[in-house]
Amino acid sequence: MPYLFHWGVFLEQASSSETYLDWIVSGLKVTIAVGLSSWIIALLIGSVLGVMRTSQNKWASGFAGAYVELFRNIPLLVQLFIWYFVVPELLPGGDAFKKMSPVTQQFLAGVICLGTFTAARICEQVRSGIASLSRGQRNASLALGLTSSQSYRYVILPMAFRIIVPPLTTEFVNVFQNSAVASTIGLLDLAGQGRQLVDYTARPYESFIAVTLLYCLLNVAVMMLMRWIERRVRVPGFIGSK
Amino acid sequence: MAYEFDFSLINPANMKVLGEGMVVSLEITLTGVLVGIVWGSILAMMRLSSVRPLSWFAEAYVTVCRSIPLVMVLLWFFLIVPQLLQKTFNLSAATDLRMTSSLIAFSLFEAAYCSEIIRAGIQGVSRGQLFAAQALGMHYGQVMHLVILPQAFRNMLPLLLMQGIILFQDTSLVYVSALADFFGRAYDIGERDGRTVDMLLFAGLVYFVICFFASRVVKRLHKKAFI
Repeated sequence: MPYLFHWGVFLEQASSSETYLDWIVSGLKVTIAVGLSSWIIALLIGSVLGVMRTSQNKWASGFAGAYVELFRNIPLLVQLFIWYFVVPELLPGGDAFKKMSPVTQQFLAGVICLGTFTAARICEQVRSGIASLSRGQRNASLALGLTSSQSYRYVILPMAFRIIVPPLTTEFVNVFQNSAVASTIGLLDLAGQGRQLVDYTARPYESFIAVTLLYCLLNVAVMMLMRWIERRVRVPGFIGSK
Repeated sequence: MAYEFDFSLINPANMKVLGEGMVVSLEITLTGVLVGIVWGSILAMMRLSSVRPLSWFAEAYVTVCRSIPLVMVLLWFFLIVPQLLQKTFNLSAATDLRMTSSLIAFSLFEAAYCSEIIRAGIQGVSRGQLFAAQALGMHYGQVMHLVILPQAFRNMLPLLLMQGIILFQDTSLVYVSALADFFGRAYDIGERDGRTVDMLLFAGLVYFVICFFASRVVKRLHKKAFI
């Protein structure tokens, strides 16, 4: 017996005030919110770590290296569970965390986990971006009398960030993909809503197809945004530029 | 407030349960890597082939796999594979096919990533090698088998192994189907004994040690094998 699709299911009432479509829309919003917030955190921490990794100071580069190893060698799911179940037990502020509403707790744990996880990967990208600059750039800026931090601020980082836009695109896309893992601690993001829809409507194919397509669309949107940025900031004279 | 870790959790009974879970994780990883390399090589060759439909198919396959979260891929396979298999082989609805589903899901998903590594490996061999081999009178099969592939393989082996380590970490996601892999078992023991904190940290430590040393070995290999 072939499967009969019933797409009208999304317009049915899930509760007195919502349709199942509203669930999907709210899941999409949560996924976007988690993705963007973690991306900002990851960019901030990752850039700082990337600079530390290339610094002459042994302690700074050692710390950044250890950070990357730690966050790279533990599965994302395990990290998420540690942020959600373990950290609040061990840290002094944990009680305040446990008093928040469950949704806030899941959101915070998801964002912190994804942010710190992605930061390790961005650190490596920033580091390789800085390493790919010719040594002459740093030497020239030092010769002009800039301090080390000034040469990072005015010469090295502006170039490095423009060069690493393409690999950052991959990481940005990955953030949204990885955010689906947050559904395992009960966060009702796109994947979470998808699973809930299956339970409530008994329409697995329609639910999963809708959710999967939305993830693909989100990917396309992110790629287009990053392509646009890439075109605007491309460094003339480097591979890939016109 | 210092947390008191309960080291008595590390006892033979628990270790046996965890060991069985680790076997599940490793089984999925190994199958994923092996099938991924075989199917990934085929995909890579399709992608590089001059027959348009083949290269389109391979490109579409890779793009789709890369744009869907692994969690969704796993959920899809846990939905579809059991139904398909039960219909084809007339199995009873109670047969547990979660392991089969995750093996298939990880193999197919992994192939997409492997095929990109293999394609880059083949393309990374300098064109002069191809021309030189052809100038020596070799035909396509010989060129590939004797000149291009041996070099490509040496360059991509470390990357494929790295991908294997990432896959090993990703196997923990079978949690969404409640299949008891290493992580699932560790979490279960923690829940049962009310020691989630200890068991989660322990699981994290085990993953860290395995992946850290495995990637060290791969990096060494990379330095040795790289041409």
